[in-house]
Amino acid sequence: MADVVQLLVAGLATGAIYALVAIGFTLLWQTSQTINFAQGEFVMLPAFFVLIGMSHFGLSFWPSVALAAVVSVVVLGLLFKRLMVDPVIRHGVLPLVIATIGLAIFFKEVVREFYGADAQPFPPVVAAGDMTVLGIAFAVQSLVVLAISIVAVVALQLFLNGTRTGRCMQASAQNPTVARLLGIPVERMILYTFLINAALVTLASILITPIYLAKFTNGEWLGLYAFIAAIVGGFNQVRGAIVGGLLLGVIDNFAAAYLSSQYRMAIPLLILIVVILFRPQGLLGRIEERTV
Amino acid sequence: MGRLRFGLALSALMLLLGHASAEDVKLAYVGEISGSIAVSGGNFRDGIILAVEEINAAGGILKQKIALSQLDTQTNPGVARAQMQKAIDGDPYVVLGPIFSGNVKATMPLLQQAEIPHLIGGEAAELTNLGDRYLFRTSFGQQIGMPKISNYIRDELKAKTIALIWVNNDFGKGGRDNLIKQLAARNIKLVADVSTESGQVDFAADVVKLKAANADAVFVYSNEEECARIMREARKQGLKGPFVGDTTLLSQKTIELAGDAANGVRGHVGLTADAPIPAVAEFSTKFQKRFNYKPDHNGIKGYTAVYAIRYVTEKRLGKFDRKAFAQAMHGLTISPKDEPAILMETTWDDVGEIDRISFLAEVVNGQQKIIQVLPKLGK
Repeated sequence: MADVVQLLVAGLATGAIYALVAIGFTLLWQTSQTINFAQGEFVMLPAFFVLIGMSHFGLSFWPSVALAAVVSVVVLGLLFKRLMVDPVIRHGVLPLVIATIGLAIFFKEVVREFYGADAQPFPPVVAAGDMTVLGIAFAVQSLVVLAISIVAVVALQLFLNGTRTGRCMQASAQNPTVARLLGIPVERMILYTFLINAALVTLASILITPIYLAKFTNGEWLGLYAFIAAIVGGFNQVRGAIVGGLLLGVIDNFAAAYLSSQYRMAIPLLILIVVILFRPQGLLGRIEERTV
Repeated sequence: MGRLRFGLALSALMLLLGHASAEDVKLAYVGEISGSIAVSGGNFRDGIILAVEEINAAGGILKQKIALSQLDTQTNPGVARAQMQKAIDGDPYVVLGPIFSGNVKATMPLLQQAEIPHLIGGEAAELTNLGDRYLFRTSFGQQIGMPKISNYIRDELKAKTIALIWVNNDFGKGGRDNLIKQLAARNIKLVADVSTESGQVDFAADVVKLKAANADAVFVYSNEEECARIMREARKQGLKGPFVGDTTLLSQKTIELAGDAANGVRGHVGLTADAPIPAVAEFSTKFQKRFNYKPDHNGIKGYTAVYAIRYVTEKRLGKFDRKAFAQAMHGLTISPKDEPAILMETTWDDVGEIDRISFLAEVVNGQQKIIQVLPKLGK
C-alpha cells in the first residue's frame, strides 16, 4: 500500500509539471490557434539561462532564476510572438507548426553548440529528504513540486476568472471579433497568453531540471508528453490540460513500476490513440465545429 | 606570366602539403560525441586529443605526425556502423572507440573484416569472447570488475541481500549477468532486479521498487548520467543505501552531476584520476589545463590507448603494420618504465582483455577517495 501511495505522489508531482507545460499548449491554441512544437525546448531553455546566470554572471541560484524568468518571458514570450508567430500565422496553422519544429531544432543545436552534449548539474528547489505521513515516507521534493504547481495553476485560474484582464483574455479566446467590438485590445490579450506561457515553462523548467539534469535533449520527451497530456485532457480546455498532465504522470509511474520500464514510453502513446479514437475532443474538451 | 608563376607556385605548395599529409599516420576515433553517453565518449575523445597533441609535439610516431579523424556515433548502433565504414574508407592505422558496448558489438565485424586493430572503451563482458583478434580493451571487462566488487560486498559491507538497478543495454545486461553469477557464488541474495532504459530521466518508480526491497545494499549499474539521476532520486526519496557500484557510479562526471547525492557511494574503479599514482595526477593536471574539466576513467582510457599504439609501433615493430600490431598486442605488458604515459603497468591477454591494478573507492565530500589498491589479477 505504501508503494502505491508513494508512486501516486511521485506521479502527481511529475504530472503536475506536464500539466504546467500542457496548459501553455492550450492557452496558445485557444487565443491564437498556435500549436507550438518547440514547447519542450521552451522548458529546456530556462534551465540553461539559470546556469548562465550562475556560471557567467556569478549570481546565486534564486537571482539566477529571476534573471532566467525575465529572459524567458522576453525571448520565449515576446520575441517568439513578434518574430515567429505573427509573421507566420497569417499563412495558416500548418506553416507555423513546421516553423516551431524548426525552432525546436534550432534551440537544441544552439544549446548543444554552446553548452555541449553533456548533462549539467542543476540545483534542486529544496534539499533532498523525506517526510513521514501516516507511516508512509514521501520525498519532500515531490511534495514541494506538487505544491508549487498547484499554487501556480490556482493563481492562473484566479487571474483568468477573477480579474478584468483575465476575463478579457477569455473573451478574446472565445470570440475575437466580438471582443474587438466590445473594445478589448485582442492583440494585447494574445500577447499576454504568450508571456504567461513563457512564465509557465520557466516554472516547469526550474522544477523538472533537478530531476532530469540540464541537457539539450530534455525538451524532446517533455514536449511530447505535454502535447499528449493536452490532447488527452482536451486541447481547448485549461482544466483538460491539468487533468491530462496529472493522469499521464501517474499512469507513467505505475506503468514503470508494475508493467515494464521498457514499455513505459509506449503507454502515453497508447492512451493518445485510444482517446483520439473514442473521444477526439479529449476527456474534458468540448467539440469544436468549423465552417468549411 | 606573373599569374602563371603564382599559379604554379601555389600548385607546387599544395602538392607538397598533400604529400606531407599523405605521410601522416591516420588514427580514427569513432565514438559517442553526442547521444546518451556523450559524457563518456567526450572524455575518451579528449584523452585521445591530449595524447595526439603531445606525441605530435614530440615528433609523432616513427617521425610521422598523427592525423586524427573524429566520427560521432551519436550513441546509435546504426549510425555507428555507417561512421565506422566511413572511418575504414579513410584507411586508418588503428581505430579508437567506440565506448558504448552496443556500438562496439555493431561495428567490430567491419573492423575484423578490414583487419584493422581497434582499441575499444566498451566494458561488456562478451566483447572479448567473440573471436575478434583485432579487438583490445582499454579498461576492464565486467568479468574482471564484478568479482572484485562482489568480494567487497561480502567482506567489507557484510551484505546478505542486494537490490540491483541496471541499464538495459549491452553494457548493463553484461554487468547484471556477471554480478548475479558472482553474488550467487558468495551466497548473497538478489532481492530486487530493476531494469531501466538508457537515457531514462525519471527514476521515481524504480527507486520506489528499490525501497520496497529493503536490501542490505543497493547496487547501481548504469551510465554516468543515469547513475547521477538514480542517486538524486534515491536521496530525494530518502533511500539510505549503502550504494555500491563499479566505475561509472563513482566517476567524476557522476559525482559532478549527482552533487551531494553521490556522497557515501562506494565501489570498484578500474581507472581514476584520483589514483594515488604521481603519473596519473600529472596526467589529470595536464588534462584539466587543456580541457578545463577533471577527466574521468574514460579520459585515461583514451590517453593511454594512443600511447600504447606509439609504444607497440615504435618499440616492438619499428613499422606501421596492422597485422603485426595486433599480434604484438596479445600477451603484451607495457610498463611505465618503458612508456611513462601508459601511467600504470598494463597487460593485454590473448583475447584482448586488459589487466592492471584497480581501486576500491568511496565518494567523500564530492571527491573520490581511494580506500584500497587492488593488485593485477596476474599477480
